[in-house]
Amino acid sequence: MTVIAKTSPVAKISPVWRGRAAVVAGYIAGFASLFVVWHIAATYVVSSVLFPPPGRVVFKAVELARDGILGQQIAVSMRRILTGFACGSLIGIPIGLAIGSFAPVRRMLEPYTEFFRFIPATAMITVAVIWFGIGEGSKIFLIIYTTVFIVILNTAAGVSAVTPNKIRAARSLGANRAQVFLYVALPATVPYILTGMRLAMGNSFVTIIAAELVAANAGLGKMIWDARLYMLVDQIFVALLVLGALGFITDRLFRWAIYTFAGRYSPVT
Amino acid sequence: MVSAPLVRLAGVSKIYRSLQGGDYAALRDFDLEIAAGELFCLLGTSGCGKTTALNIIAGFEEATSGAVEIAGHTIKGPGADRGVVFQGDDSLYPWLTALGNVEFGLRMRGMKRRERDERARSYLELVGLRGQETKHPPELSGGMKQRIQIARVLANEPEILLMDEPFAALDAQTRAVMQQELVKIWQTTGKTVLFITHDIDEAVTLATRIGVMHAGPESRIKGVVEVDLAADERDRTNDRFVAVYRQVHEMIREEVAIAMRRSA
Repeated sequence: MTVIAKTSPVAKISPVWRGRAAVVAGYIAGFASLFVVWHIAATYVVSSVLFPPPGRVVFKAVELARDGILGQQIAVSMRRILTGFACGSLIGIPIGLAIGSFAPVRRMLEPYTEFFRFIPATAMITVAVIWFGIGEGSKIFLIIYTTVFIVILNTAAGVSAVTPNKIRAARSLGANRAQVFLYVALPATVPYILTGMRLAMGNSFVTIIAAELVAANAGLGKMIWDARLYMLVDQIFVALLVLGALGFITDRLFRWAIYTFAGRYSPVT
Repeated sequence: MVSAPLVRLAGVSKIYRSLQGGDYAALRDFDLEIAAGELFCLLGTSGCGKTTALNIIAGFEEATSGAVEIAGHTIKGPGADRGVVFQGDDSLYPWLTALGNVEFGLRMRGMKRRERDERARSYLELVGLRGQETKHPPELSGGMKQRIQIARVLANEPEILLMDEPFAALDAQTRAVMQQELVKIWQTTGKTVLFITHDIDEAVTLATRIGVMHAGPESRIKGVVEVDLAADERDRTNDRFVAVYRQVHEMIREEVAIAMRRSA
């Protein structure tokens, strides 16, 4: 469809915008079909109070949003994710760079990364709650935990993937070791760092919900848990719908940021 | 008139230690002298150690023994006096524009933006990339990327260009064009060039002198052929061109046979 639009001789709108319009149209059609399937399944196939159709869920979402409850829960969960994600990335990137650049550092820190990456953040929830309580501390700790190892591993892999010729070229163009790191190794690693961060963002969503389900005083996970106690199935589905939407939007924003600010580093697709 | 050579390698050996105990001598008693202003082609079969020789001159690798000098000074590691053009495009920086790649060396030595910008632009123009300044390497063809590499090295104004089979990955037509361009650039700038190739045709087309290497291991130069051809004789249908070709071919034929026997 895009190709036809691009080559069409009657095209008056720029091909870029036509391409974007096609992408947006595709998304709208895709999501619309999801809602249609959901509606058919809930109304005609299952037809149970335990599986509400999309109309009722959206209605409930509007109601919760009007009361300010939904916005509040979203804000709580997102703040935890973003704080932990930012801290985790800030810790992970320099460690990853050090591991990738210096073999002794790698040998020293590899036991940590290789050990802890097999202990999922969800397994650490109990420990986090015991240590930091059920408030913000434990949630941010868990998000940092889930972020930091992915970012470290991807950053380190990025550093070691810099082709030797890039470094040799820089050296014979007169760059000293510090300049090689700053102007060659670092920018060459950016796509890997961004990929790691994007994966970490996805994991953060998993972790925050799990953590809020187990022990929290607010947040989308808590909202699901509370709704379960009172059998508010509609409310559970609102939370699920919001989670999907938040994850999707966050990932798109991240991608958009990469294209806008780091597109020249041949970004992740 | 005897002037000191720009590059001098005397009795150079390069031995790679293997963990299994069997050492591999890529070069043994390797001698090479390149005068300023020459376009010297180092010709050899694959695996003969010609890239090793270039890497030693570039300072990427250290000779196990022997003297390695540029302009009378011993080479200790890479330096801006020796610009390297690599075979592949993986030495370019895809996050920089063509201009950014070309001015990289100038930026590293702290040249003012306006000055380096101007110089980089003039070298991009010299290699025929005017108008491509803001493109990034992945947007450009293989031939254009090699032009960026050449401009990047020239902009840095080194004593010598070390070119490691820079056109080997290009298609035949592009390669022929690039060879002509290189000769033109060499004539305009008067730079010294060490050009590595396994292609006799390419060597005879470009070189003022051709150093033919023995098959590896323990390789060294078998002989040097002076290529006394005018620009209009550098054509593979020209009789004098063919004569030089035959002479070089005669020298290398035996080495190819040895190389093939050894790899079999």
